[in-house]
Amino acid sequence: MTAFVTRRLASMVLVMFAISVLVFLIFFATPGVDPAARIAGRNADQQTLREVRKDFGLDKPMPVQYALMMKKLFISRDLTSFVNRGAKVIPQVTQAAPVTLSLVLGAAVIWVVVSVLMGLVAAVFRGTAIDTTLMILGLIGISMPVFWLGEVVNLISQSRFHHSFLFSWVPPLGYTPLTKSPLGWFKSLLLPWLTLAVLYIGIYARVLRSALIEAQEQDYVRTARAKGLTERRVLVRHALRTSMIAFVSLFGLDFGALVGGGALLTEVVFGLHGVGKLTFDSLQNLDLPVIMATVMYAAFFVVVANAVVDLLYAWLDPRVRIG
Amino acid sequence: MSETVVGGAPAQLAAPGSAGASPWTLARRRLLRNRVAMTMVGVLVVIVVACLAAPLYAHHVAHTDPFRSNLDGTTIVNGKTVPIMQEESGGLGLGVTPIGPTWDLRHYFLGADDQGRDVASRLLYGGRNSLIIGVSAALLTCILATIVGLVAGFFGGIVDGILSRLLDVVWAFPVYLLAISLSTVLLTRGLRIGPFHLEAGSLLLPISIIAVVYVPYVARPVRGEVLSLRQREFVEAAIGLGASTWRLLWSDILPNVTTTVIVFFPLMIAIDMLTESALSFLSIGVQPPSASWGTIILDGQGLLYTRPVVALAPGIAIAVTVLALNVLGDGIRDALDPRAKHRAPGGR
Repeated sequence: MTAFVTRRLASMVLVMFAISVLVFLIFFATPGVDPAARIAGRNADQQTLREVRKDFGLDKPMPVQYALMMKKLFISRDLTSFVNRGAKVIPQVTQAAPVTLSLVLGAAVIWVVVSVLMGLVAAVFRGTAIDTTLMILGLIGISMPVFWLGEVVNLISQSRFHHSFLFSWVPPLGYTPLTKSPLGWFKSLLLPWLTLAVLYIGIYARVLRSALIEAQEQDYVRTARAKGLTERRVLVRHALRTSMIAFVSLFGLDFGALVGGGALLTEVVFGLHGVGKLTFDSLQNLDLPVIMATVMYAAFFVVVANAVVDLLYAWLDPRVRIG
Repeated sequence: MSETVVGGAPAQLAAPGSAGASPWTLARRRLLRNRVAMTMVGVLVVIVVACLAAPLYAHHVAHTDPFRSNLDGTTIVNGKTVPIMQEESGGLGLGVTPIGPTWDLRHYFLGADDQGRDVASRLLYGGRNSLIIGVSAALLTCILATIVGLVAGFFGGIVDGILSRLLDVVWAFPVYLLAISLSTVLLTRGLRIGPFHLEAGSLLLPISIIAVVYVPYVARPVRGEVLSLRQREFVEAAIGLGASTWRLLWSDILPNVTTTVIVFFPLMIAIDMLTESALSFLSIGVQPPSASWGTIILDGQGLLYTRPVVALAPGIAIAVTVLALNVLGDGIRDALDPRAKHRAPGGR
C-alpha cells in the first residue's frame, strides 16, 4: 500500500507540474500576441505595459518567467490584477471558495440520492414503461444547457410565478453565508442545487442502471438468488454494492471538476459569487491574472480529487494496488 | 452499401436469411429497425434543413436582415403598423421593450431582441453556426483522437508514455476552464502560427478549441482498443507475413477501431454543441455580429423577464437537437454492438 501511495502522490505532483506549465504556456507563450498587452487588459497605456513587463519578468527567459509566476501564485501570494488596479488575486479566490463548495456539496447530495433511487427503480422495472420514462427523463436532463435551465428556473421562480404560493419563499438572486443564516443559506441555494443536480442525475442514473443490469447477470448474483434470498436483498446487498464502484469513481472526478470551476455557469446564472463567477467576471474585462489563478486553483483541485479517489479505490479494492 | 433494406418482418432479419451479410449491413439493418432512433434522425433532418434555409426565410419570408440592428423599424401586427421597439407602458416608463412574438411567420414570428433584430431569423442562422461547430469539432476530435490513440497504442514505449501523459494532463483539466483559457487568449488577437493566421472572429477558433479539449475522451478508449488488438492472432499473422507498419495500422488495426469512433461521433456532436453554447453564453465562443444558439440565449438574458421567448427558443432548440443526438448515439451503439445494449453509459 505504501508503495502505491508514494507512486500515486508522485504522479500527482508530476501532473500538477505539467498543468502549471500548460497554463503558463497558454497565457504567456501563445504565438502572435504580446503577453504584457494581455495581462494589462484592454487599452492599457505604455506605463502600465512597462510595469507588467517588469512585474512578470517578461524580458527574462521563459523558465524564469514561469518561476516568477509560480512564486506569485503560491509562495508570496501577491499576484495583482492590473485591470482592477492593485486588487490582490489570491484573497479573492479564497473568499469565493466557500460559495462554490456550498453549491457543489448540496447539489452532490441531491444528485447522488436521486440518481441512486432512479437507477434502482429503472433496473428493477427494466424493460417496462417506468424504466423507459425514467431513462428518457434522465436523457432530457443531460441534453439541456445548465445555464439555460437556470434561466428558466429564474424566470419561473423570480418573475412569472414568484407571487404564487409555490415560489414566494424564493429570495432574490445571490448568496447568504451559512454562518449568517442557515435558513437563508438553504433558501438561496435550493434552486441552484436542483438546477446543477439535474445534469448529473441523468448521467448517474444511467450509469447505475447499466451497472446494475450487468451485475444481475453475474455468477455471484445467481448464487445469492440460489441461496433463496429475497429479490430486494439480492439487489441492494449484492448487485448495488458492486455497481457503486463505477459510480464512486465517476463521482470523485465530477465533484473535483465542479468545485474546480465546472459550476461556473450555474454560479453566473444565479448570481452566486463563487470561484466560477470570479472567473466569469474577469473574463468580462479580460483580467488575465485572476483567470490564471482560478484556472490553476481549479486544475490543482481536480488533480488532488482524482488522487484521493484513486487512493480510496486502492484501499477498497486490493487488486488496484498491484497494477 | 447499395442494396436497399426494407423494414419487412423483423423476425427474419436475425434469421439465417441474413447470413453472409457484412457486420456493417447488419448494423445498418438494426439501426433502421430502431424506430426511436429513426424518429430522431427525422427530427435532426428537419432541424438541419430549417437552419440551411435561414437565408431563404430571412430574405423571402421575413424580409429582415438579422445582423443589423433595427431600432427605428416598424412591422405589421393584425394589419396595423407598429414600431419594433415599443415604449414601456408600465413601471417607470423608461426605456423601450422589443416587440414580443407575433406568431406571424412574415412579421417577427418570435419577436425582436434588444437590437430590434428578428429572433426567428437569428435562431435559424444561429443554428447553422451551432451545428457547423458541433459537427466539425466532433469530426476533428474523432480524427485527432484516432491518430493519437493509434500511434500511442501501436508503438507503445516512450511514444505511448509521452502521448498518454499529455492526454492525462488535458483530461485532468476541467473542460470549461481549458476552453476558457484558450478562448480568452486567442479571441483577443486570433492565432498566428507561421503563415497561418486565424482571425479572432473566425468560427475555426471555437471549433479547434472545442475539438482539442475533448480529444482525450475519445483517444483513451481508442488507445486501449489498439493495445488489445495488437495482441490478437490476426495481427500477429500479418506481422508474420511481413506486413509493413503502415499496412498493419491501415488495414488491420484501423478498421477495428472505427466502430468505437463511430459510436462516439454523435455523442461528441451533442457534447460539442452544449460546450459551444456555454462558451458563447460566456461571450468567448461565437463572436458578434455572428449568432449561435448560445449567443442568442446571452442576448435574451437581459430580456428574460419581459421577453422570455428570446432566451427560451434557442435553449429549446439546443435541448431538442442534443436529445436527438444522444438517442441516436445510443441507437448506433446498440446497432454496432448489440451486447452493449445495457452496458455502456451514455451521454458523456
